[in-house]
Amino acid sequence: MSVTQLGMPAIGAPGEARKGFFTDTSLCIGCKACEVACKEWNSLPAERPLQLTGESFDNTSRLSADTWRHVAFIEKKVPAPAAGGTEGIKWLMSSDVCKHCTNAACLDVCPTGALFRTEHGTVVVQQDICNGCGYCVSACPYGVIDQRPDDGRAFKCTMCYDRLGVGEEPACAKACPTQSIQYGELDELRERADARVAELHERGVDEARLYGRDPDGGVGGDGAFFLLLDEPETYGLPPDPVVTTRDLPAMWRRAAGAAAGLLAGAAVVFWGARK
Amino acid sequence: MSRRREREEFTSYYGRPILKEPTWEAADIAGYIFAGGVAAASSMLAAGAQYTGRPALERRAKLTALTAISVSAAALVHDLGRPERFLNMLRVAKPTSPMSMGSWILSVYGPLAGASAAANITGLFPAAGRACGLGAAVSGSAVATYTAVLLADTAVPTWHDAHEILPFVFAGSAAAAGGGIAAALAPVPEAGPARRMAVAGALLETVASLRMERSGHLSTETLREGRGGTLMRLSKAFSIGGAVGLALGGHRSRTVSVVGGLAVAAGSALLRFGVFEAGKASTRDPKYVVVPQRERLNAAEAVRREAAGIDAAA
Amino acid sequence: MVNPLQWPVLRQLLENDPTGRHHAVKSPATENLTPRTATADHVVPSVCPYCAVGCAQRVYVKDGTVIQIEGDPDSPISRGRLCPKGSASLQLTTGDSREKYVLYRRPHGTDWERLDLETAMDMVAQRVVDTRRKTWEWESGGLRTRRSMGIASLGGATLDNEENYLIKKLFTSLGIVQVENQARVCHSSTVAGLGTSFGRGGSTTYLQDLQRADCILIQGSNFAEAHPVGFQWVLEAKERGAKIIHVDPRFSRTSAMADTFVPIRAGTDIAFLGGLVNWVIGHDAYFHDYVVNYTNAATILGKDFRDTEDLDGLFSGFNRDDSSYETESWQYEGGFAAASSGERDADEQEGSRLGESSHAQSHGSGGPGVAGKWHRDETLQDPRCVFQVLRRHYSRYTPEMVEEVCGVPQALFEEVAEALTSNSGRDRTTAFAYAVGWTQHTTGTQYIRAASVLQLLLGNIGRPGGGIMALRGHASIQGSSDIPTLFDLLPGYLPMPHAKQHLDLAGYVGADSAKQGFWANMSAYTVSLLKAWWGDAATASNDYCFDYLPRITGSHSTYDTVMAQLEGICKGYFLMGENPAVGSANTHLQRAGMANLDWLVVRDFSLIESATWWKDGPEIATGQMRTEDIGTEVFFFPAAAHTEKAGSFTNTNRLVQWREQAVEPGAERRSDLWFIWHLGNRIRKLLADSRDDVDRPILDLTWDYPTIGTQDEPDADAVFAEINGRGPDGNPLSAYTQLKDDGSTSCGCWIYCGCRADGVNQAARRKPHTEQDISSREWGWAWPANRRELYNRASADPEGRPWSERKKLIWWDADAGTWTGDDVPDCEPAKPPSYRPAEDATGTDALSGIDPFIMQSDGKGWLFTPAGLTDGPLPTHYEPQESPFDNALYGQNRNPVRKLLKHDGNRYQPSGREPGAEVYPFVLTTYRLTEHFTAGAMTRWLPYLAELQPESFCEVSPELAAERGLTNNGWATLVSARGAIEARVLVTGRMKPLTVQGRTVHQIGMPYHWGPNGLSRGDAMNELSSIAMDPNVHIQEVKALTVDIRPGRRPQGPALPSLVAEYRQRAGIDEHTGQEGIKA
Ligand SMILES: Nc1nc2c(c(=O)[nH]1)N[C@H]1C(S)=C(S)[C@@H](COP(=O)(O)OP(=O)(O)OC[C@H]3O[C@@H](n4cnc5c(=O)[nH]c(N)nc54)[C@H](O)[C@@H]3O)O[C@H]1N2
Ligand SMILES: Nc1nc2c(c(=O)[nH]1)N[C@H]1C(S)=C(S)[C@@H](COP(=O)(O)OP(=O)(O)OC[C@H]3O[C@@H](n4cnc5c(=O)[nH]c(N)nc54)[C@H](O)[C@@H]3O)O[C@H]1N2
Ligand code: SF4
Ligand code: SF4
Ligand code: SF4
Ligand code: SF4
Ligand code: SF4
Ligand SMILES: [Mo]
Repeated sequence: MSVTQLGMPAIGAPGEARKGFFTDTSLCIGCKACEVACKEWNSLPAERPLQLTGESFDNTSRLSADTWRHVAFIEKKVPAPAAGGTEGIKWLMSSDVCKHCTNAACLDVCPTGALFRTEHGTVVVQQDICNGCGYCVSACPYGVIDQRPDDGRAFKCTMCYDRLGVGEEPACAKACPTQSIQYGELDELRERADARVAELHERGVDEARLYGRDPDGGVGGDGAFFLLLDEPETYGLPPDPVVTTRDLPAMWRRAAGAAAGLLAGAAVVFWGARK
Repeated sequence: MSRRREREEFTSYYGRPILKEPTWEAADIAGYIFAGGVAAASSMLAAGAQYTGRPALERRAKLTALTAISVSAAALVHDLGRPERFLNMLRVAKPTSPMSMGSWILSVYGPLAGASAAANITGLFPAAGRACGLGAAVSGSAVATYTAVLLADTAVPTWHDAHEILPFVFAGSAAAAGGGIAAALAPVPEAGPARRMAVAGALLETVASLRMERSGHLSTETLREGRGGTLMRLSKAFSIGGAVGLALGGHRSRTVSVVGGLAVAAGSALLRFGVFEAGKASTRDPKYVVVPQRERLNAAEAVRREAAGIDAAA
Repeated sequence: MVNPLQWPVLRQLLENDPTGRHHAVKSPATENLTPRTATADHVVPSVCPYCAVGCAQRVYVKDGTVIQIEGDPDSPISRGRLCPKGSASLQLTTGDSREKYVLYRRPHGTDWERLDLETAMDMVAQRVVDTRRKTWEWESGGLRTRRSMGIASLGGATLDNEENYLIKKLFTSLGIVQVENQARVCHSSTVAGLGTSFGRGGSTTYLQDLQRADCILIQGSNFAEAHPVGFQWVLEAKERGAKIIHVDPRFSRTSAMADTFVPIRAGTDIAFLGGLVNWVIGHDAYFHDYVVNYTNAATILGKDFRDTEDLDGLFSGFNRDDSSYETESWQYEGGFAAASSGERDADEQEGSRLGESSHAQSHGSGGPGVAGKWHRDETLQDPRCVFQVLRRHYSRYTPEMVEEVCGVPQALFEEVAEALTSNSGRDRTTAFAYAVGWTQHTTGTQYIRAASVLQLLLGNIGRPGGGIMALRGHASIQGSSDIPTLFDLLPGYLPMPHAKQHLDLAGYVGADSAKQGFWANMSAYTVSLLKAWWGDAATASNDYCFDYLPRITGSHSTYDTVMAQLEGICKGYFLMGENPAVGSANTHLQRAGMANLDWLVVRDFSLIESATWWKDGPEIATGQMRTEDIGTEVFFFPAAAHTEKAGSFTNTNRLVQWREQAVEPGAERRSDLWFIWHLGNRIRKLLADSRDDVDRPILDLTWDYPTIGTQDEPDADAVFAEINGRGPDGNPLSAYTQLKDDGSTSCGCWIYCGCRADGVNQAARRKPHTEQDISSREWGWAWPANRRELYNRASADPEGRPWSERKKLIWWDADAGTWTGDDVPDCEPAKPPSYRPAEDATGTDALSGIDPFIMQSDGKGWLFTPAGLTDGPLPTHYEPQESPFDNALYGQNRNPVRKLLKHDGNRYQPSGREPGAEVYPFVLTTYRLTEHFTAGAMTRWLPYLAELQPESFCEVSPELAAERGLTNNGWATLVSARGAIEARVLVTGRMKPLTVQGRTVHQIGMPYHWGPNGLSRGDAMNELSSIAMDPNVHIQEVKALTVDIRPGRRPQGPALPSLVAEYRQRAGIDEHTGQEGIKA
């Protein structure tokens, strides 16, 4: 059993299925409704300053403490299908969000218990507890959670913990005009995603692949996983992230060794030196 | 593992970082780690001193430990986004969180170091004071090394990639710093163990950090180049220079002791800042995330293909 | 109270959470967390106030404030989803960008002052009374006009139907005819194009029906960005295997989702569509049985007709003296254009000079009248039958020619042709979706006609998954055309009376003309309207107060109003929800017009550019105007938001949806209903003692409405009831077939009759789509008669059987003796397919059982329009007003009857091979972004939307960037003969140079949302555009202009107009440029 699973038989509360997102980017029209719906529901501040980035239609650039859904835009040349044909272009759009990792580094390292695993299997920051230590920020292998400088605390997607509590779906998923964002029981979403990839492959969309679906992956699978049409890094996602705490037992052992060595060394420097 | 090519081909999203840069301030967190190391090693020297009849060393080391740990705690609190909530650190005890463990370690160590210093100065409850001093030494060993886990248990490439060796780097560095400062403060005749600790610490620190820099991970670039690289090089210059000085002349000259001791301590501090900066740098460039992970994936894919017998065909 | 047992460290141990990562660490606040929606006091049904998709919303209210707005999952259109604008509507309504108080700028004042609401209302009422009196005009040119040209109003597409209704009613009674709204600049060509083709000017289909399409051609629309939630139905079709094609000058978010993207040169779609028509005919790929039975393909034309083939790009009847067509020669043999909607005077028939008055829009519900006896050759062989004329007309629109004109490679063109033809026929249907990429051209109406011709040939109209989806603009722009704040229309597409012929009610209705079809009942619609407006005062003996209606004498469209302002004729101006200083063509002229007013009233949420130009407009910066010199008195009234008033919007499906009031507006914010009603009350009070005939219409007006709430808000439902109409007993009517012309019924808009049938607000129905079929007829109410798919009779074959099982919609149930299926049949429900009218049948009896286009006088879909349009019976490619190319098809370069405005501030540029054309070498096209809305007031001020598109930009290809030294995210200056602006540059492979007539042509794309106010800012794109218009409906050409582009920011101050002048000089521009063939 890994440290992260220590004492925790399963993710989520007994009897309640783990909830998650399947973001199917092949359906994304880049409308950014998810970004806005999230901000509106969570009363998040808008980004400043108002400046064009020149990076396609993406002007919020990344997930941040104030932007919990972020839509990426990637313009890519498509080589001409045949000689004499014209070079085409594809425009990939994808809405990113906290992955609600099965083995969530942010949650593992949080020293205050501000971050916790909810009964829905999601990962949430309790804003009345967070003391702004910033540890989660460095721990997240996806670069999701961040500190709001003026406020000091860390923020990220809660998968609308409040809404889930009364059986409502998350605001972003509800708004999404094309169901690119699908919310539901994770097991069911995984099945749906598998079928979707198979179908897209059948249609000749060979680039389609799932990202974060695999429970054997470096973070034990994402609670929010994706269907991508290109390599993850194209979208600014790490290709093969690993939860940092996977190596924590080794680290503690090493640290214990070093501590013991230090103590021994301290003894040695006094050895035979009694005055 | 072989050294890598200078510039890797890789894809990114407009060159934007994948990871978030650590929110920590160098002065706070590198300072915290340094001061914690000083405190821990000082407590060990103090404990040794109290049992080997070096009252001057004992007193100075105990005061140093108390001062350092106070500075350290202050730095930590200062770095919180919500310092008024620092007590929330003790809400939980999470083995998965080095910072939580560290908080508990500090909350054990701090009072012990404080009590032993108080007893030493007031002369009250000497036995208890000595017991506390011993406790501080033991718990100090954790203070000195847990910080390596604190940094390594992150997604920061340079730090995480160093997770195997970093505790030893930090242990050495703590010894160097504590030893160096004690060597500088304590009268030369009593300072022998301090000098030895400083020299040994500097040695361990240097050897271990050289190993860290040459581990073959792409992220180690940041320890060799840029601001981090500069700090690391300076650190070695100070540490080695100071250690050589202490080893050769520390027992003869108070001046050499002071200069050498402080140089070793400065080397330790520079190392902490160097590691800190290198880590930050490794989060700013997506290549430290993408390239190794992509290679890992490709390797796994190759294995899979081979297993499936596709490779030859393809 | 701290309970030590609640210490999480202990809970970790006691509650089996040893690592402290689960429940043990939950704080009390977390335990008690509830979403604000769960604790709302009540939830109010509403509709998104932005676009015409009309997504249903739920407004959550707590303690008298709106706390959340979300999509309503029950809606059959949106299924609970909202695009970013809809999702930001909480910020729109409750954010701090909205003004709270009335503001006043005294003449020559340099800043705003506060004025209390009551005083301001009194002042405006006084201004109206005084200006009207001063500018009153009983006659004009010897014709009775009974009007004032001194006052104009603009805006209405963002307002409720009830508000538009009261605006039109009050202003008409005051004799104000210059009443306009966005419908003019947006989709007026749609009304004319679809109306003359099919008999109604609304979208033939509805969004949800798109899911049944086998192929969807999106052209002239940026569907995914401008109607994002409606686009779900396109993706639904795609998931079911439909092929999605996008034809557009640039690769947009719509293109990204399409299977095939076809880049095209802006302004050349008629050549492309004509090419498809040619292909379909040439490959015998038309739906023969459909074409023969349901269109006018078989009808024989008169001998005098000459086609563009014969006259090098002109039709017969062209009159060079006044650049207009005499249209008699376009008639069916034996037919004549009847004055079915009012005109009888032969020389003022449709399509002739009446075109000046934008008559074509009156076909919004009723096609042009043709009368007489004509012949059909159902073998389609007669050389004079429409089909053969059509074949000849498009014979030169070959794939090679399409490539030459449009820059579309032949292979790509053929791919589209194959897709359309293989997905049309008995068993398959193709849908078209377009919007303002088609409407806003000097040939806009003919763009829509071209699509209509093609869809008729393919047999796709009136069938499931077929049709032409006209994607309308604003939340209620369809409503503001139906219940029009438009100068040329009365409610229900009744034409505004014209001084020349509409002297009395009988003359207006033309009793003997509209023998056939539903227009036969026009007198009932008109009398009922007059009864609704003047109640008991309207009697048979006084012609039901017909004479109270002011008359039009020509075009009084919004652009003519600007000219009237510049000439000092129009002195007072209401802007009620429109921002012409950003949104209208040639924004400089818009502001110059406003600077020449006595007074201006602006009602909006925030201080839009049209409200503040006198202190910070571009002309102030360049020194062309000085604030102190501007005498315009400006009143700003803060408007109520959609959550703060009850009312109905009509969406792009022609669907009327009711919103409830969630909260009362705060501070001095009021609804437009409140404003117009209280303004009317005040004016009536001021005039109460008048014995002058001038004031009778306003004093006799029915103007009593009950009020609700604490702010004297007139009850919108009462207005809605008036629109629906009442029977002799005062009870609500349920269908327009009940309307009478004997004064016993009243109805504010005949096509909306039934919207409150049985006294139930049908528009407020919200039966979940999950409990209904696709048509979801119990959600809201659609005109006409709650039909969702128009002309659905055509979904069955002539015998009344579905064309195929797969494509069945409605069919004749012989046993029951009625039409049945998943829609309200668009024919008389009991009329059997076998019915054939008697020789002398009139009215609806004259329609046969195989006539699916019941609003056309011959019951057929019109491939050829013998009447109704001013610029030709068949769509013909002409180059835009400004183009780098000459017309490759004919000697006639541009629409010969296009409408231009001569003014020094509206200079046109040389085109094609004319000298100087090279000074403005690039094509500029304009469009929308998902994140912003129209002229920007509803988005640029909102932080959540501003951050998504924070600055104005233009899009250029890497090739053009290299050619002109433009850098990504750097600045560029764009120059036309009207102005120069700066914008950021996006260099993108999504823009592609095209090869046209052997040359490379670069297209520049630019969204038009920005202006200098608000959070997200930039120069207004429309500083560049000219006012050049479609002759049928006076829509401006803003989709294809030519410009120059250069790197760097534009000059400031007086150097800016100098730059524009220097360009003009270089291009040799004078007052004649670009006006060849156009008589002044
Ligand atoms: N997000 C958003 N939604 C909106 C609006 C908004 O401002 N923002 N406005 C609403 C309103 S008022 C309206 S009218 C509708 C308009 O909806 P659309 O018509 O879809 O909007 P546009 O983006 O102006 O233009 C459509 C497309 O026409 C293309 N185009 C330009 N010239 C030509 C041409 O000559 N031929 C062809 N084939 N295509 C051409 C443009 O590149 C663009 O992609 O949207 C409504 N919805
Ligand atoms: N170059 C170029 N120009 C174009 C177009 C283009 O594609 N290219 N498109 C054209 C089209 S299709 C259109 S529709 C026009 C649109 O252009 P405009 O109509 O000028 O622009 P809007 O911003 O929609 O103006 C509507 C105003 O109504 C206000 N409003 C909203 N609700 C209410 C209300 O309840 N009461 C009151 N009093 N005010 C309210 C809004 O804040 C906003 O200021 O632009 C046209 N201009
Ligand atoms: S993605 Fe990052 S922030 Fe989200 S759960 Fe995983 S580790 Fe935490
Ligand atoms: S910043 Fe807040 S949430 Fe993140 S680890 Fe620290 S206390 Fe936990
Ligand atoms: S689930 Fe809720 S909090 Fe998370 S991104 Fe979506 S709307 Fe935001
Ligand atoms: S709301 Fe849906 S379609 Fe729109 S950007 Fe987000 S994920 Fe894509
Ligand atoms: S703007 Fe249009 S598509 Fe977007 S939510 Fe509103 S009605 Fe729906
Ligand atoms: Mo529009």
